[in-house]
Amino acid sequence: MSPAAGPDLPGLLYSGAEDELRAAVRSVLDDRAGWPAVLARTETDEPYDTGLWHVLAANVGCAGLLIPESHGGAGASYREAAVVAEEVGRSVAPVPYLGSAVVATAALLEVADGKLLRDLASGSVTAALAIPFATSLSVPAPLGTVRVAAPQPGDPAGQARLRGAVAGVADALPADVLLVPADGVPDGLYAVDRGAPGLTVAPVVSLDATRQLADLTLDGVPARCVASGAAAVRATAAALTAGAAMLAAEQLGLAQQCLDMTVAYLKERHQFARPVGSFQALKHRLADMWVAITQARSAARYAAACLASGDPDTPVAVALAKAACSDAAVHAAQECVQLHGGIGFTWEHPAHLYLKRAKSSSIGFGTADWHRATLAGLAGLPGPGASGGPL
Amino acid sequence: MLDDTGLKSTGLKDTGPSGPVTADDLRERVREFLAGHDPATLPRLEFLRARFDAGLAWVHYPPGLGGFGLPRAVQSVVEAAFAAAGAPGNNPERIGIGLGMAAPTILAFGTDAQKQRWLRPLWTGEEVWCQLFSEPGAGSDLAGLATRAVRAVRDPGGADSWEVTGQKVWTSMAHQARWGLLVARTDPDVPKHQGITYFACDMTVDGVEVRPLRQLTGEAEFNEVFLSGAVIPDADRIGGVGEGWRVAQGTLMNERVAIGGAALPREGGMIGSAARTWREHPELRTPGLHDRMLRLWADAEIARLSGERLRQQLAAGQPGPEGSAAKLVFARLNQDISAFELELTGADGLRYQDWSLRRPESVSFYGRDVGYRYLRARGNSIEGGTSEILRNIIAERVLGLPPEPRVDTRVPWKDLPR
Repeated sequence: MSPAAGPDLPGLLYSGAEDELRAAVRSVLDDRAGWPAVLARTETDEPYDTGLWHVLAANVGCAGLLIPESHGGAGASYREAAVVAEEVGRSVAPVPYLGSAVVATAALLEVADGKLLRDLASGSVTAALAIPFATSLSVPAPLGTVRVAAPQPGDPAGQARLRGAVAGVADALPADVLLVPADGVPDGLYAVDRGAPGLTVAPVVSLDATRQLADLTLDGVPARCVASGAAAVRATAAALTAGAAMLAAEQLGLAQQCLDMTVAYLKERHQFARPVGSFQALKHRLADMWVAITQARSAARYAAACLASGDPDTPVAVALAKAACSDAAVHAAQECVQLHGGIGFTWEHPAHLYLKRAKSSSIGFGTADWHRATLAGLAGLPGPGASGGPL
Repeated sequence: MLDDTGLKSTGLKDTGPSGPVTADDLRERVREFLAGHDPATLPRLEFLRARFDAGLAWVHYPPGLGGFGLPRAVQSVVEAAFAAAGAPGNNPERIGIGLGMAAPTILAFGTDAQKQRWLRPLWTGEEVWCQLFSEPGAGSDLAGLATRAVRAVRDPGGADSWEVTGQKVWTSMAHQARWGLLVARTDPDVPKHQGITYFACDMTVDGVEVRPLRQLTGEAEFNEVFLSGAVIPDADRIGGVGEGWRVAQGTLMNERVAIGGAALPREGGMIGSAARTWREHPELRTPGLHDRMLRLWADAEIARLSGERLRQQLAAGQPGPEGSAAKLVFARLNQDISAFELELTGADGLRYQDWSLRRPESVSFYGRDVGYRYLRARGNSIEGGTSEILRNIIAERVLGLPPEPRVDTRVPWKDLPR
């Protein structure tokens, strides 16, 4: 049987402070990340909105939410971080919130790298963990295909060199620092400056143009070891767990926005001399969307609450949240396209931005099926061929 | 958790009848009550009546009616304290309709005399209640009901009364019930929603005949009730003449919360049985069934979290529309899980426990064998509002989508085609 989750479940509502944070983030995003601007940016050479990210990171304080006050952060928790993620998903904003303020930050919190955390909290530095976006959390955590290479003559003590490649990394394009898991002596997590010689960050034409991926190649790049051995594995695992949970929250916000847009359209669109939203066949589909989002919200809130308190049930909670929110977001985005009819299939309508982000996010940090499969071990429900029998 | 989310957030500390009330205060009250009423020696009914009179029945009800006017969330403190003392309960499974639907309706719409007369024996289980709503010709379209109530004065100088004639169906527990929540048409000359009045019908009077209605499970949990000139005193009318639809809406809201909203531990509902079977029978496992097992486990656990979130909303005084999702999900999950478990059991699933016509003492969705659970669950998406009607309600009342064009709401009921 899985641990915990007894009668004492954590609070699953949004607090007043969380509502205020949501309003502040939404106000900035409504102002600066309306969908026409987001769509237009996808066809430029600057797919990430670094100006917007600076406002969110430094002025609103989103970059340092998870970072303790002793390191210059806000000392908030994953509950607040999840609310920001929901809003980012709602506007499919092209900002590296997930990659920098959640994933890279979670890794650095695990190894307590004070200097980098302070830079991240201030919003002056953006970081990304150099792992493929499609990586799912597995044990032992994947340390990538980068190797620690021999030092070169004249290298200062404590500096390592890395050689290898990582494909399909999210939020690496705007990153100032890359955290690279590497095999070698020692196995570890290394910090690489964006300007370091030998580093190439090549944009990928991505299914989701609002979170454009990058292929990294490292050709003897100088690097600083941030953590080694088991500590590095723990840092990567913490980053992937937090990433999956906060991506789930992002998907929740995206799903809600797809529902809201579709409801608004079906109230105003007339065919057969009636608003099409009065047809029962369409109403029932929207009702089902709303039910799925209601369920996904409970799972997302539970995962955020478990992460915030370090609950032993966190692995179950994150698996439930990523599975439910992935399914709900893809379903909502697909319904959004379908129920908008012809206009929903056009480039000039935002539905496709949501569809692409939803489908990409459902692959990021573990698919719904992958997360449900982890429940076999977590909930004691082994598959055929496993050493069966009563547990 | 209760001390954090129940008491503090609801401001309970300021609302107690005799100064601040905390969970500890409530436990102390139960201790004091138990000191004067030994559950081991006092007859069960006497104990329950005394508990009601002490305000420890349902603490969210008003003083004098079994409660203290406290938030609903703190009821669990009282229940736990009585359970720990081994005190007899009021067998809520047997009186679910009374507790879940009749009581809140009487509390919201009844007169003081009606509350005094009905709530105590309802809570102690002395009087079972049933629901006389659905008719052969009025299911989802409940407002189209045809059972007639005609005002009559039986003896000169006597009190007003009503004579009721018609037929009701799907009446669970009518064979045990002393009272029925009845909606009947008192004015056929106005549009259908306006001509309905709400009554409490004494099931023991002449002209009320209860016949078993057998379900596809083989048993007769439900009944048909034939009303042939049954007399109801006007004093047993709940709400105004012609205002029955509004009262019935309140009952139905409570019914949906009651069906979808019980607090359970992880694996506490139907999923627990399926997971047990899965663990005990490795020889039955296939990859396809494994995928379904995990999906159902995840969905059931998320539904449980959603139920908890809904209770937290109610406790915090933020009633949201999520309640209408709970019953939809509950029905679908029960159906999918029991279907899965039946398939999982394979050859054993081909055997059924008992087809004989039985009239159960209480309603149970989980009892008996997996075949029964599979068959009984088919009713979950029909009883208490079909899943289709619930989707209409979500779409129109939660999402604000426009209604379908209606032909039946402005014409007098008597002129509707049928």
